[in-house]
Amino acid sequence: MASALTVGERRIQRLRERAIEFVLLVSAASSVFVTIAIVAVLIYESIGFFSSVPISEFLFGTTWTPLFANPRYGILPLLGGTLLSTFVALLFVAPIGLVTAIYLSEFASPKVREIVKPILELLSGVPTVVYGFFALLFMTPFLQTFVPNLPGFNILSAGIVIGIMIIPYVASLSEDAMRAVPNNLRDGSLAMGATRLETAIKVVLPAATSGVAAAFILGMSRAVGETMIVAIAAGQQPNLTIDPREPAATITAYIVQVALGDLPHGSLAYQTIFATGLALLLLTLCFNIAGFWLRHKFREVY
Amino acid sequence: MKAKLLAATSLVALAGALNSTASAQTKTIAIDGSSTVFPVSEAAAEEFQKLKKGEVRVTVGISGTGGGFKKFCRGETDISNGSRPILRQEMDECAKNGIKFIEMPIAFDALTVAVSPKNKFLECISIADLKKIWEPAAQGKVMNFSDVNPAWPNKKMALFGAGADSGTFDYFTEAVNGKAKATRADFTASEDDNVLVTGIERDENGLGYIPFAYYEPHKNKLKALGIDEGKGKGCVKPSLEAVTAGTYNPLARPLFIYVSTKAAEKLEVKEYVDFLMTKGPALIMEVKYLPLPPAAYATAHKHFQDGRLGTVFGGVPEVGVSVEDLMKRDAKT
Repeated sequence: MASALTVGERRIQRLRERAIEFVLLVSAASSVFVTIAIVAVLIYESIGFFSSVPISEFLFGTTWTPLFANPRYGILPLLGGTLLSTFVALLFVAPIGLVTAIYLSEFASPKVREIVKPILELLSGVPTVVYGFFALLFMTPFLQTFVPNLPGFNILSAGIVIGIMIIPYVASLSEDAMRAVPNNLRDGSLAMGATRLETAIKVVLPAATSGVAAAFILGMSRAVGETMIVAIAAGQQPNLTIDPREPAATITAYIVQVALGDLPHGSLAYQTIFATGLALLLLTLCFNIAGFWLRHKFREVY
Repeated sequence: MKAKLLAATSLVALAGALNSTASAQTKTIAIDGSSTVFPVSEAAAEEFQKLKKGEVRVTVGISGTGGGFKKFCRGETDISNGSRPILRQEMDECAKNGIKFIEMPIAFDALTVAVSPKNKFLECISIADLKKIWEPAAQGKVMNFSDVNPAWPNKKMALFGAGADSGTFDYFTEAVNGKAKATRADFTASEDDNVLVTGIERDENGLGYIPFAYYEPHKNKLKALGIDEGKGKGCVKPSLEAVTAGTYNPLARPLFIYVSTKAAEKLEVKEYVDFLMTKGPALIMEVKYLPLPPAAYATAHKHFQDGRLGTVFGGVPEVGVSVEDLMKRDAKT
């Protein structure tokens, strides 16, 4: 049978295929390019910063006062604030997120799951600035009723609200991971006489560790990068402390505070934005690498 | 194909041209600077825009007095609000960029030192004690109330104050520490006075300094301390009467607006300044600042219309200027 297309038409078709492939490649590559561009900008501006401030002072100094006379550039207070708020958020979300996930995956009827899951997603749709004012105007007075001497700005309140904000991420992803565990594992456990709760905690959860770890890492990355909640509710005073009842500034809150003011381009204080941004990026990268390694380590193939 | 392309391009160009003429109809006045003066500017801007029925847009920012001057001297704003007079280096920066300005005092403020109402042991504080708390040497050392005065409780102070770009910061450090911008650095600093009000109000060990217009509306949530200048006249609580009588020292200070000559050529800016000088005093009373005597506004208005350039302060920080003093001075560029 003769071919349906002429040689010329076939060539045009091949060219069109190549063109579409190229466009798709560019789209995929663009996200890589954007990431590279962001890192490049951060590094470029930070070079200027690190030529005036020794890296040792930046990494190990314990005072951060770049905007005052006698500026000091030790990032540890900001880093401490970020890690402390993330830690408080994790402490809060771990039990609640896990319990929600276990309930939704092992115990809830499909009807309940259909209603509860979308409502949970709603929590993630609330703008973070609204969460910030929620922390300042509701959570803090509430905490002040039973925590003595709690100041108006504190990390505890901000950390708890960050935890509330990441419940949807952790619960939803953990629940998906647990539902992916094949049913024969559950059936085997139940047949051995375990209760549903025992099955959920001792069989399904360990089997889903890889996915649950990924969920937590995602939640933590979100918490580390959280800006508005801490800027509004945690105070803006850099403070190196492990007590969450004190006010402290995170890296993100500092960047916001400085960006709202007015600094001439190229000044050292202006470059602190980029140096701290770079530090934050590297911190998030570390978390992502840890998450990737964890998932790989606990991966179970069924 | 070509005809279609031509038609499409000309349509886009036409739309663009129409759009630009449409946007040329709304005129804008850009105001930025002190958060202390902000309540006045905001009230005036609201009334002015109502008057002009949307033909003129007035935007008011709160970058702080210093931040506002930086923008002003780059020609980015028409009017700069200041809670302190313009400084020498800012005047040089303006001159470098060819910006000439007209200085106009518009109100007086009683800088207030406030604590939480739960604070029972403080009613009055002396300038000497304030210096002990706020001077640069206090950083890391003067942490509890008892470090300042052994009679006070051994509780850690939660300090709140204006940020480094704020005129309130410059004025307070000059008045209390003797040198503008010299301060301890371990306190919650913010150009946004609302943050400070929230902080002091919610912390029983809170202590901070804020403009009077941010204290007065929250009188039930904050406690203002009387100031003892140390000259034997005793404690004076901040109030408009105290400022008029000249007894609230050294924390009574004049507030200013600076209008660039380029902006003053715009009709809408002239109308705004006219509005401010005539209807301003009523608005200033509403936002709880002390208006100047009517003669002062008339003089300031005349200076604006004459285009009297420069500042009466010589570009150096000054503390304790009274209302009459202010009106008698001659401007220097």
